[in-house]
Amino acid sequence: MNSLLRSTARCLRSGAAVCLPRQADGRAWPASARFLCAAADLQKDLSEMVKKDKVVVFMKGTPAQPMCGFSNAVVQILRMHGVDNYAAYNVLEDQDLRQGVKVFSNWPTIPQVYFNGEFVGGCDILLQMHQNGDLVEELKKLGIQSALLDAEKESK
Amino acid sequence: MLPGLLRCARPISTRLAFIRPLAHFRPHMDPDPSRPVERSIRTKLTNTLQPDHLEVHNESHMHAVPPGSESHFRVLVVSSRFEGLPLIQRHRLVNETLKEELSSCVHALAIQAKTPEQWGSNPALAKSPPCMGGSRGDHTVEEKLKGGRE
Repeated sequence: MNSLLRSTARCLRSGAAVCLPRQADGRAWPASARFLCAAADLQKDLSEMVKKDKVVVFMKGTPAQPMCGFSNAVVQILRMHGVDNYAAYNVLEDQDLRQGVKVFSNWPTIPQVYFNGEFVGGCDILLQMHQNGDLVEELKKLGIQSALLDAEKESK
Repeated sequence: MLPGLLRCARPISTRLAFIRPLAHFRPHMDPDPSRPVERSIRTKLTNTLQPDHLEVHNESHMHAVPPGSESHFRVLVVSSRFEGLPLIQRHRLVNETLKEELSSCVHALAIQAKTPEQWGSNPALAKSPPCMGGSRGDHTVEEKLKGGRE
């Protein structure tokens, strides 16, 4: 089944009509089935993407050039805590990803933040975690020392 | 801060297609029949969460969308239904309540979900960060806005 999913996704990505995957009796899968196969492949990819890095952000734009105020807020908060090494995926570059991540997280908006493969929330939640000190604690659990702790030590 | 002040002072332009004389100048808390999405959000959140305090702010004018849009909202919900729930569960509750709006015309939803005690100790509405223009030329936003008008 996996090879079917992969070949389906490859075919859809390349857009080639000639390499339509076929059912066992030679009939082509209907378009709806092929679409569902590609979507399922993306969900599987997302499952791996959110676990590959400790901190993963799905955002509009890039950390260097955010294209949305809410996405920018997430980038700024992470930067304040000295978290510069994280995976950032730009949903504006890929509409399938943009829709797929909303399905995967069961969350309707972008940005979306994952810590250790677990969905944390969007901009509002990250901001509140930053304000109430929870973010420093959560980063510690990831083995990341927040830069704000170092700043605190220096001021004492 | 000055750009923010200028944004507030800028008059909200009316659509050329029809006249809405005083609609834009009502205090934001009044339900506005010409703003169906805002009314729907208010009704659903009231019915589902029985809030002690509820604010629904249409922030579309702060973003790169046409005047009169109902695409970007900020909601503040104070409800005892949130007691004992972590932030993410509170937000999921709000998202679930507004599922229909979020899958059609609402492109962005900022949420503050507080218990009455939390609101009592810090009665402040958070401010949205400045727009960075991401909706400009974004065809999915255009699609969503069309969906809202139909």
